[in-house]
Amino acid sequence: MHTAAALRAGELEPGTAVAQPLLSLSGVSKSFPGVRALHDVSLSLYPGQVTALIGENGAGKSTLVKILTGIYRPDEGEIRVSGDAVRLQGAEHAFRHGITAIHQETVLFDDLSVAENVYLGHAPRTRIGLIDWRAMRRQAADVLKRMGAGHIDADTRLRDLGIANKHLVAVARAMSIDARIVIMDEPTAALSAKEIGELFDLVAFLKGEGKAILFISHKFDEIYRIADRFTVFRDGEMVGEGMVADTSQNDIVRMMVGRAVDHIFPERQPNIGGPLLTVDGLSHPTEFDRVSFELRQGEILGFYGLVGAGRSEVMQAIAGMTGTSAGSITLAGHRIAPRTAADSIDAGIVYVPEERGRQGVVIGMPIFKNVSLPSLARTSKSGVLRLAEEFRLARTFTERLDLRASSLSQDVGTLSGGNQQKVVIAKWLATEPKLIILDEPTKGIDIGSKAAVHAFMAELVEQGLSVIMVSSELPEILGMSDRVVVMREGRVAATFDNAGLDAETLVRAAAGIVA
Amino acid sequence: MSAVLRHREMLLVAAIALMVGLIAMRFPAFARPGNLATVFNDTSILVILALGQMVVILTRSIDLSMASNLALTGMLVALTNANYPEVPIPLIIVEAMTIGAVLGAFNGVLVWKLGIPAIVVTLGTLTIFRGLTFVVAGGTWVNADRMSADFIGLQRGMLLGLPVLSWFAVAAIAFFFLLLTRTPLGRSLYAIGVNPSAAVYTGIDVGRTKFIAFVLSGAIAGLCGYLWVSRYVIAATEVANGYELTIIAACVIGGISIAGGIGSVGGALLGALFLGIISSALPVIGVSPFWQMAISGTAILAAVILNARGERKQGRIILKKAEAA
Amino acid sequence: MSTVETARRRIPDRLDTPLKGTLLSWEMLLVAVALGIFVTNSLASPYFLNPWSLSDMTFNFTEKGLIALAMALLIISGEIDLSVAATIALASTLMGMALQSGADTPTLVAIGILTGLACGAVNGALVTGLGLPSIVVTIGTMSLFRGIAYIILGDQAYKGYPAGFAFFGQGYVWWVVSFELVLFAAAAVAFWFLLHRTSFGRRVFAIGNNPVAAQFSGVRVNRVKFVLFCLTGLMAGIASVLLTSRLGSTRPSIAQGYELEVITMVVLGGVSILGGAGSIVGVVLAALIMGMVTFGLGLLNVPGIVMSIFIGLLLILVIALPIVWRRFFGRAM
Repeated sequence: MHTAAALRAGELEPGTAVAQPLLSLSGVSKSFPGVRALHDVSLSLYPGQVTALIGENGAGKSTLVKILTGIYRPDEGEIRVSGDAVRLQGAEHAFRHGITAIHQETVLFDDLSVAENVYLGHAPRTRIGLIDWRAMRRQAADVLKRMGAGHIDADTRLRDLGIANKHLVAVARAMSIDARIVIMDEPTAALSAKEIGELFDLVAFLKGEGKAILFISHKFDEIYRIADRFTVFRDGEMVGEGMVADTSQNDIVRMMVGRAVDHIFPERQPNIGGPLLTVDGLSHPTEFDRVSFELRQGEILGFYGLVGAGRSEVMQAIAGMTGTSAGSITLAGHRIAPRTAADSIDAGIVYVPEERGRQGVVIGMPIFKNVSLPSLARTSKSGVLRLAEEFRLARTFTERLDLRASSLSQDVGTLSGGNQQKVVIAKWLATEPKLIILDEPTKGIDIGSKAAVHAFMAELVEQGLSVIMVSSELPEILGMSDRVVVMREGRVAATFDNAGLDAETLVRAAAGIVA
Repeated sequence: MSAVLRHREMLLVAAIALMVGLIAMRFPAFARPGNLATVFNDTSILVILALGQMVVILTRSIDLSMASNLALTGMLVALTNANYPEVPIPLIIVEAMTIGAVLGAFNGVLVWKLGIPAIVVTLGTLTIFRGLTFVVAGGTWVNADRMSADFIGLQRGMLLGLPVLSWFAVAAIAFFFLLLTRTPLGRSLYAIGVNPSAAVYTGIDVGRTKFIAFVLSGAIAGLCGYLWVSRYVIAATEVANGYELTIIAACVIGGISIAGGIGSVGGALLGALFLGIISSALPVIGVSPFWQMAISGTAILAAVILNARGERKQGRIILKKAEAA
Repeated sequence: MSTVETARRRIPDRLDTPLKGTLLSWEMLLVAVALGIFVTNSLASPYFLNPWSLSDMTFNFTEKGLIALAMALLIISGEIDLSVAATIALASTLMGMALQSGADTPTLVAIGILTGLACGAVNGALVTGLGLPSIVVTIGTMSLFRGIAYIILGDQAYKGYPAGFAFFGQGYVWWVVSFELVLFAAAAVAFWFLLHRTSFGRRVFAIGNNPVAAQFSGVRVNRVKFVLFCLTGLMAGIASVLLTSRLGSTRPSIAQGYELEVITMVVLGGVSILGGAGSIVGVVLAALIMGMVTFGLGLLNVPGIVMSIFIGLLLILVIALPIVWRRFFGRAM
């Protein structure tokens, strides 16, 4: 930490020799057919400092990561490592220059051991050039211990570790090659609060070791907690940089979106009616136990909890995707027992899943076919398709969500993340449900799309629809919900009315801290 | 490497032991070491081929052209021997492996450089290679009269009590064991099967590694081309017709996941032996050889059902964690 | 782009597709190849352009083509069935057994078709019920089905099918138009309608592109896949009736290697082996092309085994050329 503090002090006095960046990019551009991903971008990373890379989805962050890790080659511009110009010829080459990345969804090998994950590609060899497994295990254990992760056994199969521990293995991999530049691409996306804390301890450790860290995140609290510097991208261009300590959150937001966002949650007058959905004692052999709650007409019910508290599993049971062992679900006075998603859609319940790319959109199919997919029974006549009906349905709902697309026949795969989410929500609304369950509806989408989704949710409940919103983001839970159910370890921990509710109460309930 | 894999192989060992035991109860001669050595020798070619196929399957690909490659290479080396009997046998083996590797490289280039799925490429080369076998021989065949004594005799020679053919299998087992467990290339083959996108980030060239896998399986098929024609003393268009599926069957029974990334040398060996023992045992216990195919089919289905149980992904099991905490 | 505008815009249904795009589609490429082969054949052999020759030519693809129609749907849904040829063998063997015990023609046909359906149901149940990979399951059932045929028949053969039975594989509906060809044409129209004009077909595409999202969207994925396996088995059963009738005998080695030819036909027809894309028009054209190539070479006295070189090369070239073209001449195709 002393080193880092000294370096920062050095950096604050321009012109001192300490401030030479470990890695610097200048004038980097990259285009794909029809898209300009990066244009004349510059970025510097300094030893012992965390630089936050901030930008909306589609701002060019992931392209930049791919350039730094050697996956893409820039069309123009220069990359310097420790002052020397380099041309990264592929991932291995970048790796040998000491650049390593830890990705959102950990990209490691589930069926290989921890030791092998750490040393794949640079395993210690015996004298005749064969892989020396014993040395590899020993060295992997050493690295893990050095970074305070001695609890991970080097022989474990990676599949058997949680996400947080997988991140630790990824960091151990970086340490094992003595990487000097560590890129963390949304590493906290799937972590619980406690795990995030542990990850940040590790970031502090890496800073102390003099590594230069590029930290990519959507979450401002995290950026203000651990970053020293920041760089903002917008539409593939660098639009601002500076020291985090000297810049207000609003200024950064303004750079990101090109204007100030003062209030992203819509004002609304809740118009709440009688009970619509009653869940009583719903249980599953391994995932959740005796879950009971009630949802009223025109209400937004927030579901808060740590990742892995069983919220998604409960929702998937209500939506017919998971079986249950006990309990009942009553919708508008009728007991239902959906066994497939089709059953629950027929009953008027739709579930907008968390993993948009895997569970939500059908990439390779155009927008209108995505929207009509759950409603095919209505848009077709005795099994025969009627395209005009499908277009009408798709238009009605995508235009209400302010979708940005060149035509309804455009492949959803070519849309941005936020617009894909709009297609997914349109698809579900087109079934004219009584109840819509949104699982992490704004995860990983840009601020503009986020606001559109929130405004639309408000509009929906005003029209009498009921919404269950599973979210791990406290501002969203507090900003949107009428009431909040908190789950912990597969059970309902508490239920709150949102009037006068504060964040700390929720966090305490989710973590099981008795006040 | 992992307990799961070991468990799976132990199950197969147990199944084979049980099978041999049951046969031995009625026909003790079957389980005598001398006879078991013969069974191993009879299965050697399948063992070697299964090892070559495994390398490809590990990378999430498949090589349907191995049997046709074997037939074509076998024909070419038999013709070489028939026309130039003075060419020494070691050179014949080099020729076989080189031709096989070139044919494999043709598959590999199409998969690597053009990104065509392996199943499509090798479906095409399966018919092309076999058609070429007919063409190069002008529609004829090469039989014992035209093969030299050395050509036929090499694999029949005894070394330390085992036929040379068995030693080829032993050498292949040792080679693939070292390759897969102790070399960076071997580990890359697993890595691209487990998670191809992660492999890219790790600096592994996925396409090039697949290419190497196809060259290896091709070289192996070529080697077996020589071993096959010298063992059965015939090189013809129909040699090993349909055998590509037997090779894949051996891999599947041996627990090699068709989805890539999972499998071991021990598994491929045991899968091949399982099929080999069945075909040796049927005449012994007096069952018509026509039962062989249906039994293999049942074994494949049983293996895939058992393996799927082992691979089935577990849920998060939130409650158990809660109870333990 | 990043500023939020509140006004809602109108999104058109589709952009005007340039004529060039339609002209350079896969189907047009296949039409060109088919025409090329037709012209080559007519120039190479004086016997080709003769109604009866052309009629004989159709027998080269009708049976395999019938299976290919169903296989196309199965492959679009992301599955595959390697056991179709073995299904033909088993169905033919059971028909032969029934024949021995004196079954009449309608019974024989029913047995052939139902055996095919049952084989498809077995594959479907193993894949959807137990969640097993179809490529491995059908390699297994391929050995099992043909293995049963071998157990029943060994090296024997069933012969002496009744005269009425011969119509299916040898009969003509009108002049040179065979029953097999009429059946293939009718099935092609039916499968085209099913895949491209019904909600079932749409669901097949959705499953092939993203099975998880399809499941979440209320598509009964396993039910659809089970139906597709049954359909494929059914078509193999029908093909078995036709082939047995045409050959007039049953051996356990009947239809050996058909599975790979059927899959070649489907892939050549532009169906993505990875699932999610394809068209029936393409498959029909591919069937026609393969039929013409083998028949044309046959007229030139090229042995069958050598023809397979052309089929294999055709498969690889037709898939590789557009990729190479794209790489060297931009994104024209």
